[in-house]
Amino acid sequence: MNAAFEAFKTRAEAVSAEVHRFKTREEGLTFILSFLKDAGVSDAPQCGAVWAGGTFIDGAQKDDLKVKVPGICFDINQEVSASAKVGISQLDWAISATGTLVQDAVAVDKRLVSTLPPIHVAVLGTERILADMGSVLEKLRPQQLDYISFITGPSRTADIERVLTIGVHGPERLIIVVVDELQQVTA
Amino acid sequence: MSTTEFKESIATALNNGNLTGALGRFSEAYRISRAKAYEGIDFEVVRDQIEEIKCSASSRFEELAEQFKKNAEARGAKVFRTSDPAQVKQYILDLARSKGVKRVVKSKSMASEEIHLNKALEGAGMEVDETDLGEWIIQLAHQTPSHMVMPAIHMTKEEVATVFSQEVEEGQMPDIPKLVKFARAKLRPKFLGADMGISGANIAVAETGSLVIVTNEGNARLVSTLPKIHVAIVGIEKLVAMVKEILPILTALPRSATGQLLTSYVSIISGAVPNVDGSPKELHIILMDNHRSDMAKDPMFKPALQCIRCATCLNVCPVFRLVGGHVFGKTYTGGIGTILTAWFDELKKADDIQGLCIQCGACVAVCPGKIDIPGLILELRRRLVVEKGQSMTMKAIFGVVNNRRLFHSMLRMASVTQKPFTSGRFIRHLPLFLSDMTEFRSLPAVAAAPLRDTIKKIVQPPAKEKVAFYAGCLIDFCYPEMGESLVKILNKAGIEVIFPDDQTCCGAPARYNGAYETAAGNARDNIKALLEADVKYVVSACPTCTVALKHDFIETFKSLGVTDAMAGAEQLAAKAIDFSTLVKKLVDEGRLTFKEGEDLGKVTYHDSCHLKRTLKASEEPRELLKQAGHEITEMFECDICCGMAGSYSIKLPEISAPILERKLKNIKETGASKVIMDCPGCVMQIRGGLDKDGAPIHAEHTVESLANRFK
Repeated sequence: MNAAFEAFKTRAEAVSAEVHRFKTREEGLTFILSFLKDAGVSDAPQCGAVWAGGTFIDGAQKDDLKVKVPGICFDINQEVSASAKVGISQLDWAISATGTLVQDAVAVDKRLVSTLPPIHVAVLGTERILADMGSVLEKLRPQQLDYISFITGPSRTADIERVLTIGVHGPERLIIVVVDELQQVTA
Repeated sequence: MSTTEFKESIATALNNGNLTGALGRFSEAYRISRAKAYEGIDFEVVRDQIEEIKCSASSRFEELAEQFKKNAEARGAKVFRTSDPAQVKQYILDLARSKGVKRVVKSKSMASEEIHLNKALEGAGMEVDETDLGEWIIQLAHQTPSHMVMPAIHMTKEEVATVFSQEVEEGQMPDIPKLVKFARAKLRPKFLGADMGISGANIAVAETGSLVIVTNEGNARLVSTLPKIHVAIVGIEKLVAMVKEILPILTALPRSATGQLLTSYVSIISGAVPNVDGSPKELHIILMDNHRSDMAKDPMFKPALQCIRCATCLNVCPVFRLVGGHVFGKTYTGGIGTILTAWFDELKKADDIQGLCIQCGACVAVCPGKIDIPGLILELRRRLVVEKGQSMTMKAIFGVVNNRRLFHSMLRMASVTQKPFTSGRFIRHLPLFLSDMTEFRSLPAVAAAPLRDTIKKIVQPPAKEKVAFYAGCLIDFCYPEMGESLVKILNKAGIEVIFPDDQTCCGAPARYNGAYETAAGNARDNIKALLEADVKYVVSACPTCTVALKHDFIETFKSLGVTDAMAGAEQLAAKAIDFSTLVKKLVDEGRLTFKEGEDLGKVTYHDSCHLKRTLKASEEPRELLKQAGHEITEMFECDICCGMAGSYSIKLPEISAPILERKLKNIKETGASKVIMDCPGCVMQIRGGLDKDGAPIHAEHTVESLANRFK
């Protein structure tokens, strides 16, 4: 598990993603909340955070979280996502060979929070890191899922003079929060 | 485009310092980033898989297209199949009209460029915005893409800032991060307000009805998520049979296109997903043929459908990096673009641009689809000649070349008539319309006596083993001393060299100009002359000639449907060998021994295109030169074409000259006093360039370097 994580981290950081690992879900949650505060998330206009559902957050006391960081929103639509500063979602799998996150993205809220805000915080279980794309396509099968997203680092372009520039139409920062004990929902 | 306009567009490109500077730097950086991206990956294995997958798919487009349609429709998509670009436009217009579409956002689609879709939509009153940054820039600048992956690579940040200021909002500064942020801010409301999103697709999977869309900017995710209608325009060459077949394509595409292990985003869309308001997405997939199945039925051009649109062939092309994409036309550019234009548009549109290919083969070695791009361009050339005939000048030339006696007596006559222009062994200036040929490099003077005469005067020690020497025109008539050196070396190995007198031009000039009948005539004459002697090897010190003997005779016969001479061609191919490979063999077998303790100093080696890429010999000459006592300092881009390429340097001297200039710069930077190569054509180009340049560097053939090195 450690080797896979280290390989994933190296590759993801090579494409400008920021990777953080935590043992417990609580530690991961604490990190995200303080990250949101530091990023200036609040209930002021254009300062919100949109949080799409997933096992990591579904059991949590969402009202408490909203008190801790005003501006967090769990009811996702295009308008709140378009005006949010941060989008948070849980990713299903990852690929160590390329530093890629993979998601069953059929639900539109998952796509909205990871495409529209300038920062995307992606939550991932450590045991979800697989070797390559072939292994992931055994788990998330196009035969069954209408939309599968692969995300490798933040949005980028080199269309002007071949100069790499981060953050075009998608997020300019990708924060990956890897949690070892993601399955043990305690909150 | 007329030929004059074409020549003018080349001149404009060559004089655009921004363009040649940007492309030159990119081509250098590209080679490095591509190599790094492929670390740990066996490229040959990956491209074998892609070839197999795409070749199999293009053998059954009809079946896969139907399967795709059935599966995608079962999951809520509407699939429209058509061979006609006009119907694609009509379908989208009808759909837009029935749904009241006013605003359209597009992510990159070459298929939509191919059919000039934007013009049709705008003509119907719709607002259409490209969202890929490069595409948006050229849309605002009213231009066409110059590169398949980087559409605006020809523009500087200053030009982009000017376009943004003029077309969108005044006061934009040439600061790249600011320009990118500006594009994000201006395009975001377009995404949010669009009624229809149009995309292409990189792969379409028949077994699941899936589209695979690859982007870095994230625009395809928005285009396929926000508007309630998503239309994907997909050329049928994007079809593969099974999901697992996307893996090798996604391994190669980002690595070859941009030197990435994977692009920032890959979306696999296999059905109609929910819209932002919960309603089901209206997903329309247009499978467009537009001559692709005609191409699949042509056995020679079918492999071109293995293209994954990575644009590597543009990035490694020594001509593309000088002239850029716009010289090639409006949609598909570079080597593969020439072929696609001929098919998707029309053959005669490729008439001028096919001539840009210098036939160096640099793209063949790196094409993930294993497409022989220069080979297919030659075939286009041949078909164009069949269709519209050869020019009078070319006809006259090939009329002569096809008659050995006449051709050879004219060459002999030239050694007399050239006298007024000759100084030493060079022709430095030619009068009138021929002056272009000697402007950037001196030409070799035709020798006073050709090799076919001088070789008879060499007294060779009697030997049991004989090889036949195929000299080729340059060695025979300009550089007979190279042939004499070859005799000297093989004699040391106990081999007698015979020179079949009836040998004639190898036919490469005719073949490379599309005159296959002439090339076939040359092939027949040579097969007859060279198979008469009972020898194990037919050796040549000209890689282009060796390729003719080993490969081109057979290919020319195949193209023309000639069967009676095929057995002879195959027999000759088996015997043909290039000089360095033969000598390396003789050294390895202990039949040639180097003199000991020689210190011959620092040299550099230039890889000739045909020797390295077709005959696969690059270590052999280096090994021989090292064992002889040379120290080899490698030059930058040692295997990039010198710009000679036979008649290319005469037809397009304006391109040949800057390619040579680059080569000379790389040679000079090694500090070596000698540059060695295995091709008399390269010697002619590089020696002539160094003579004009005045650099104190000597250019010679490996055969000359080795002449006195054996015991």
